[in-house]
Amino acid sequence: MRPWLEKQLHLIDFTLASLARRKTKNVGLLLAYTLIVFVLASLSLFTHALRSEASYVLAGSPEVILQRMVAGRHDLIPPGYLDKIGRIRGVQKKEGRLWGYYYDPVVNANYTFMARPASEVADGTIMVGSALARERGLAPNNTISFRSYAGKLFGFTVAAVLSPDSELLSADLVLLSESDFRRFFEYPEGHYTDIALSVANPQEVRTVAAKLSAALPDSRPILREEVLRTYQSLFDWREGIVLTVLAGAILAFAILAWEKASGLSAEERREIGILKAIGWETGDVIRMKVWEGLVISLTAFLLGGIAAYVHVFHFGAAVFAPVLKGWSVLYPRFTLVPAVDGLQIATLFFFTVVPYTAAVLVPIWRAAITDPDAVMRA
Amino acid sequence: MIELANIRKAFNQGRHNEYWALHGIDLSVEAGKVTAFRGPSGSGKTTLLTIVGCLSRPTEGRVRFKGEDISGLPERFLTDIRRQSFGFVFQQFNLIKGLSAVDNIILPGMPTGRSRRNLVERADELLDQLKLGHRSRARVEWLSGGEQQRVAIARALINDPQVIIADEPTANLDTALSREFLAILEGFTAAGKTVLLTSHDPLVVESSAVHRVIGMRDGRLTAD
Amino acid sequence: MLFQPAIIALLLAAGLAVLMLAGAAPFAVQVIRHWDIGSGSERQLALERRTYLFSTLLAFVLVAQLAALLLFVFNADRLAAMFVGAMCAVGTLNVNAWGFPSLLMQTAVFFLAAMWLALNHVDTLARDYPLVRIKYALLLLLLPVLATNFWLELKYFLGLKANVITSCCGSLFSGEGKTIAAEASGMGPGPALVLFYAGLALAIGAALWHWRRASRLSGYATLAASAAGFVASIVGVLSFVSLYIYEHPHHHCPFCILKPEYGYQGYALYVPLFLATAAGLGAGAIQPFARIASLRAVLPRVSARLAGLAAAGYTAFAALATWFVLHSNLILIEH
Repeated sequence: MRPWLEKQLHLIDFTLASLARRKTKNVGLLLAYTLIVFVLASLSLFTHALRSEASYVLAGSPEVILQRMVAGRHDLIPPGYLDKIGRIRGVQKKEGRLWGYYYDPVVNANYTFMARPASEVADGTIMVGSALARERGLAPNNTISFRSYAGKLFGFTVAAVLSPDSELLSADLVLLSESDFRRFFEYPEGHYTDIALSVANPQEVRTVAAKLSAALPDSRPILREEVLRTYQSLFDWREGIVLTVLAGAILAFAILAWEKASGLSAEERREIGILKAIGWETGDVIRMKVWEGLVISLTAFLLGGIAAYVHVFHFGAAVFAPVLKGWSVLYPRFTLVPAVDGLQIATLFFFTVVPYTAAVLVPIWRAAITDPDAVMRA
Repeated sequence: MIELANIRKAFNQGRHNEYWALHGIDLSVEAGKVTAFRGPSGSGKTTLLTIVGCLSRPTEGRVRFKGEDISGLPERFLTDIRRQSFGFVFQQFNLIKGLSAVDNIILPGMPTGRSRRNLVERADELLDQLKLGHRSRARVEWLSGGEQQRVAIARALINDPQVIIADEPTANLDTALSREFLAILEGFTAAGKTVLLTSHDPLVVESSAVHRVIGMRDGRLTAD
Repeated sequence: MLFQPAIIALLLAAGLAVLMLAGAAPFAVQVIRHWDIGSGSERQLALERRTYLFSTLLAFVLVAQLAALLLFVFNADRLAAMFVGAMCAVGTLNVNAWGFPSLLMQTAVFFLAAMWLALNHVDTLARDYPLVRIKYALLLLLLPVLATNFWLELKYFLGLKANVITSCCGSLFSGEGKTIAAEASGMGPGPALVLFYAGLALAIGAALWHWRRASRLSGYATLAASAAGFVASIVGVLSFVSLYIYEHPHHHCPFCILKPEYGYQGYALYVPLFLATAAGLGAGAIQPFARIASLRAVLPRVSARLAGLAAAGYTAFAALATWFVLHSNLILIEH
């Protein structure tokens, strides 16, 4: 074990020295490698952050939302509708929800108004999302007035600003009491926007949905898992498309690596010849070259990965945001919550280190089989 | 020590430029002696040296080293034998530029798995013996020709081989340095090492440090 | 097909392995036809040089395969969100008929590559390379295996369509099912416990025996016991180890233990298990050649070392599994 370890240490030693001796040649390759890792890692970190943001948003939402349809359009839930559902096994809670959109001409933005029970939000007060608070310069105990769609002016006191943990969730949210909501929008008494049902066992969600459709044929149940799936596949698909576009770049990089590895300079060829002549074996040279590849890969992986992390989570993925963000452009400021997982790193590894290694294997072998007596014949 | 029987070596076998460098060499090399091959360039002496030194395999014929037939051994095992039992000094010295004298000297010891400290200690010892201890950390390209050759000699000795192989060792040295090399050669004999070298330098082949001179021409031995 | 980066990566890796080996196949044929170790001809020297390329290639395939195996399961686990009823890798693998065969094939490729490398290693220790022809014939046989692996993976991924209702570990590994997996997990914790520890004890015992004696018989015993130990271990994980980790009496799943919710405990279990099995199979795979003169001295040394590795791996696996069970709050068997 010990001699084996010593030998590997020697090989790494020699590799590092030889990389240092050929800085200019290796810096070019390292830059290209780092760039590839950077681009791919940015892409993957960014889409993953969007995905986790989406699932974070949805985690707090009810398992099933029931909308009433009139002529194929989403309509208000009439009084008594909630009772028609009756008891369905597996449904823990059902409640009518009240929410709507409000256009604020002051900042040209849409807010989501949502009614909460009076126990949470007192009449005459509101809680606002952080983005909204920022835009309108609001702090707790400030007052703000909104002109309703009917033209009346309503004044509210800000009770609290919602935590900015996940901006996607609450950026544009305004929470107000149920009676305030009904007065502000002149919402007919007893009507609701939709119905939220919580189902404890995820296995039963589909059954519940089927029962709902049967009991209320004019309704449309929306399952949380379906929304989640839509988000997931949408982001995956976008990532896949960009990746395909980048496949050309990966291929170009592999060709560059192949070219660099096979285009040994006369000096390198001579060195390998010397090593072979003085007692290095083909296997030793291959191992030394494999270490070299590992050192380069690891460096590029680390540099590219860190750069991508900074790019995505500190600069909002300036390069990719337009392609990948899609509808999220609606949100004024959108800081991603840093999220990295093993799958991304493993995938990134497969897209960079594997093509690199495959590209340099044959050139490495070619270099390593230099005849030991070559230096004497020259 | 080393016995060759009917050694033949071809290059570009089966192609239009096929060329036989050696035509049936029979030779027995005595242990502890200095043997020199003399002959014009293209006579096959370097090729013969590569076969004796396990750097290449003969196309035909048998090679025995210390009584063992090594002619059919794959490179992996030939290399094993080579790095344990042979040390090489080349005409061009063949040092790796950018590395220090010591780092060059320890190169043949690396694949054996000896620790770096152990190797560096031995390298310093060898450099001291060759009166080059003060330049041990200097990069080899900053050394003079004579100094470079002594580094190459130290490198040949790092694994403590029984046989030293030297190809035209004095071709790049002036007379004074060549004489120094002959002194080192006598040191080898005193240490009980076997030396094989090629040379057409009269200073070497006529020196008393050389015990046996073998002539070569057109891939055949001519006379002792 | 789901257009998804990890899927593209897996297909890329599998395809690359097939391509590389297929590209190398003609040379393998040359080695088989023209190998003559005694000759010093230039063709023989060229063939010898080629052998270095093959062992490097195979080592690359082996490492890539191990990584791919992990990525495959990892990815299946994450894709679970895309399929109705799937909650972990099992559900994703069940989306179509190709999921589990593909997983099994990948495992097989990993173990076959490990055995080939063991064979290759002993061969390079003998001065006359006595196994060269056998090795390269086996390499040619490995090519269709890799191709099948790629094909199965392709079939599986092409057949993935979101919104398919699948069964998940709850239903696949529950007691009522009729599949082998269900039978394995439906086994009561008592018999499974016995099988698990008996299988592992057998594997460790055989490996230790071979480690000490390095005889041919003990080598074959190690091979058989490693295979049996691997199966017993998987059955054990399915039927009780996983339950203790999940602390849930009906959650039989070999994949969820890889999830972060369970502290990635699965990796600590599977990595030693796979390495031990690879080493044990390798020790057995080289036994048919133990009588070859040039291998008589080196082969027992190598296979004993492999057996030692296998014994250590199985012991680590058994110790970890036991530790997980003892530190669980779940009680399956009353004392």
